Amino acid sequence: MILGLGTEEWQAVRLSLLVAATATLASLPLGLGVAWLLARRRFPGRALLDGLVHLPLILPPVVTGYLLLLAFGRRGVLGAPLAEVGIVFAFRWTGAALACAVMGFPLMVRAMRLSFEAVDRRLEEAAGTLGAPPVLVFLTVTLPLSLPGCLAGAVLAFAKAMGEFGATITFVSNIPGQTQTLPSAIYTLTQVPGGEGAALRLTLVSVALSITALLVSEALAARAGRRLGAG
Amino acid sequence: MTRPPAITVDVSLRRGDFALEAAFAAGPGLTALFGRSGSGKTTLIDLIAGLATPDRGRIAVSGHVLVDRGAGIALPPHRRRVGVVFQDARLFPHLSVARNLAYGRVFARLPHDAAEFAAVTGMLGIAPLLARRPAGLSGGERQRVAIGRALLARPHLLLMDEPLAALDEARKAEILPYIERLRDEAGVPIVYVSHSVAEVARLAATIVVLDAGRVAATGPAEEILRRADLIPLHGEPGALLAMVVEGRDPRTGLTRLTGQAGTLLVPDLARPPGASVRVRIPARDVLVATAMPQGLSARNALPGRVAALAPAGTGVLVEIDCGGALLTARLTEAAVRDLGLVPGREVVAIIKSAAFDPAGFGTGRPTIAI
Repeated sequence: MILGLGTEEWQAVRLSLLVAATATLASLPLGLGVAWLLARRRFPGRALLDGLVHLPLILPPVVTGYLLLLAFGRRGVLGAPLAEVGIVFAFRWTGAALACAVMGFPLMVRAMRLSFEAVDRRLEEAAGTLGAPPVLVFLTVTLPLSLPGCLAGAVLAFAKAMGEFGATITFVSNIPGQTQTLPSAIYTLTQVPGGEGAALRLTLVSVALSITALLVSEALAARAGRRLGAG
Repeated sequence: MTRPPAITVDVSLRRGDFALEAAFAAGPGLTALFGRSGSGKTTLIDLIAGLATPDRGRIAVSGHVLVDRGAGIALPPHRRRVGVVFQDARLFPHLSVARNLAYGRVFARLPHDAAEFAAVTGMLGIAPLLARRPAGLSGGERQRVAIGRALLARPHLLLMDEPLAALDEARKAEILPYIERLRDEAGVPIVYVSHSVAEVARLAATIVVLDAGRVAATGPAEEILRRADLIPLHGEPGALLAMVVEGRDPRTGLTRLTGQAGTLLVPDLARPPGASVRVRIPARDVLVATAMPQGLSARNALPGRVAALAPAGTGVLVEIDCGGALLTARLTEAAVRDLGLVPGREVVAIIKSAAFDPAGFGTGRPTIAI
């Protein structure tokens, strides 16, 4: 085995990648929408929405996890009706993805919002006078011009999801093969005698994945930037 | 004529200390919104384009109602079919020139039309730029692409908000002929914002003069530009004459123009015989004599009759009817008294050939009747 990882350790790596990718992709449309609303629209309740989005950033992760458990647990306000239609989050990998999505959301929205705000509104006006309705102005002008920032936001959310621990372990526990992500696995290994070697190996994997994500985002942003500046 | 005016506007808007209260109607061809900065020109453009909504009033383009606050109508910009050429071009930096040009066509449900594309890019001289990005274009090129982009969306009305203001004199001279072609060939009514008398004199059929948010005057260009009471707004009155190139005088190298007023010799225009031109003659460049002078260096002496006298600041503005065309001369009161100028008096208007700036000659006739 590469790096001498055991089956359970590999499981944790694979699960973490699955959870982080799902969390990032699933929150992407909502993140773009909320970021656009906050950047471009004035409406009643805007400050409230802004606060709500940022809440996971300031609450202790354990609290966020517990709130998720209350809401999405089997008997939760939302969990019970969702379970009726076959959607279960509690103690499943999908729950880990939900926890990671919630925790990464403020980071994603913040980066996207800043990059939307940096787009010249006068270009959006020009697109409107050329007949483009608001949704298409967003898709053809705002989004392409803010792509580097949006990618950065997504990568940030992915990185956050790879490292999320507190909310995840509170909400879906630490079940090997089901909800044990990379950080949970490292934590477990540090708690058992003789686990130091495996913990170190997983730590190296974690560092490598994070750096790779960072490099990929830099490369994508540089490419998007070149497309804009090209003469 | 019974067809509806190209545009009718009757709006009011209040924003803090600024109040706009404007009503005007304009026909096809080019209408200039003329006035100092802060007079409300750009606000009016925003209201017509839909980038702002008036507190009260109505705007219609070719019979289509865009805004009618009384009836609760205020179309969003994308449903107005009103093209805008902004002062700062506003090309999309992430798209090539070709894709900038094609941008509006999808939304107007227009199919790709290679012939139309070729006609517009040819008219504006931007065919060689299609593969380029906006970042690599000069200011003049950008503005021409912006005109083409607005035009290819087939607007019912084209708004041009000081499209030359950000350019130097050489670039302005480069673009003006394209705007003249646009006016004469594209068949789209144009509302053109400017604070430059020279631009307006060269381009406009109708002028709407704005002052502090109100319409100070509106009418055919040659009439507005002659009016003494508008001097505080347009600076220097002058005549606007429609003339035709007769040919090049081989002896002097000057171009000979004819029109109602008579014959003028002007610096070489490099335009073919038969071409129609419009000439602005500022009142300060016109001298008045009571008899045809002898031994004079000025090339142009047009006989006429004093039509009217009007006080103009420190002097007097003399209107001279030369065969039906009106010239204006700015004289001192003393000169008027000494020459005994009264309406009906026969005089000769004298203009130096060198007073004409070749770059100031527009094409086409000044007036298109509404």
